[in-house]
Amino acid sequence: MLDSYFPVLLFILVGLGVGIGPLVLGKILAPHKPNDQKNSPYECGFEAFEDARMKFDVRYYLVAILFILFDLEITFLFPWAVVLDSLGLQGFIVMMIFLGILVVGFIYEWKKGALDWE
Amino acid sequence: MQDFFSQFFSPELALTLSYLFKIILIVVPVMISVAYLTYFERRVIGFMQSRIGPNRVGYFGLLQPIADALKLMFKEIVLPSKSNNFLFFLAPLLSIAPALAAWAVIPFNYEMVLADINAGLLYVLAMTSIAVYGVIIAGWASNSKYAFLGSLRSAAQIVSYEIAMGFTLVGVLMCANSLNLGDIVIAQEGGISQWYCWPLFPLFVIYFISAVAETNRAPFDVAEGESEIVAGFHVEYSGMAFALFFLAEYANMILVSILAVIMFLGGWLSPVSFIPDGIFWLIIKVAFVLFCFLWLRATFPRYRYDQIMRLGWKVFIPLTLVWIIFVGAMMQTSYAGYFH
Repeated sequence: MLDSYFPVLLFILVGLGVGIGPLVLGKILAPHKPNDQKNSPYECGFEAFEDARMKFDVRYYLVAILFILFDLEITFLFPWAVVLDSLGLQGFIVMMIFLGILVVGFIYEWKKGALDWE
Repeated sequence: MQDFFSQFFSPELALTLSYLFKIILIVVPVMISVAYLTYFERRVIGFMQSRIGPNRVGYFGLLQPIADALKLMFKEIVLPSKSNNFLFFLAPLLSIAPALAAWAVIPFNYEMVLADINAGLLYVLAMTSIAVYGVIIAGWASNSKYAFLGSLRSAAQIVSYEIAMGFTLVGVLMCANSLNLGDIVIAQEGGISQWYCWPLFPLFVIYFISAVAETNRAPFDVAEGESEIVAGFHVEYSGMAFALFFLAEYANMILVSILAVIMFLGGWLSPVSFIPDGIFWLIIKVAFVLFCFLWLRATFPRYRYDQIMRLGWKVFIPLTLVWIIFVGAMMQTSYAGYFH
């Protein structure tokens, strides 16, 4: 069972290698002449006004939190969808009740304006 | 292959080497496709805009991608003075590694798959989710305003469309009753009428548009938005570090295209019975889907950010939910056969 996941692990390592290889090659082959101007953060040619780690819009947090909810729901739906045939009508109705509760939450956040970006 | 290596090495090592050989057989064509996709993109968009595109390096400019790669290799990797060094180099790795690792479970033909695992689709979904960390870490580690804003926008966009994409996958699973990508293709046997793009047509369209948004391609490329925030999250990257983001973006494009083909367009299966199935069908279909990506970029102006988020949350998620419920309900009736 776990044997079939071994090539997957190998592939992830090869993927990392494909990333590390060019970085090392670039370090070796490319010139390296740092100076203050070149290494300063890019801000259209001006000196950086302030630290870039500034406050940002709370809506990004909201999207991230909503994403977690919905992504969990998707992973919850996955096994249900695979075995739906053998579950029959009962399995379908139970999942519809769950989805109904979720849709109520979705409508609530929609009405609250959590999805508005204007 | 394993027999060949076992003449020289212990069984475990021979098995590992044979896997490595197969992995190289996948990675090298993928990288070549990525290189020539960039060339293809510049030519196709050039012709669509009545330009010629690159035609100087080699015949018809065919050596252009190699020239680009060599140029990037000899460019300095600038390390911004205010950046977090470790995270700065971790970000491109986190972009490229999952973009390649997801190929481990992609089936190319009958019995032609590296890892025939039962949780194939779940694994692909997990790998494509990791890519968003590369974007966030790149924006944070650069410590530059443009990179920071670009990474925020990009991350929010990717996660929003990942939900719509995940729901479309649920629809496919209901039809195929398997998470194994090879089984999903085999379930579509029997000619073009059996492909899932017909019963799941709305999901197919939503999947394709979400895939465009997920890979930050035009018309959803606000994350890069050259005219607004220069290049988004990778503005501080140069040389090979930049090249890795570039490779990852195009590798992801090919990956989502091949997934679209496997799940909705019958993978390696032939649309008509008098032509045999084969890997060439997979290549033709993937090339067509990729052409659509380029076509979209040449045709549409960029979306505004609030429009993108509205489309993802207020249109696609309700639509996919409704279609999943519809398919689920049809499965309970005597029409279930149309959806399998």
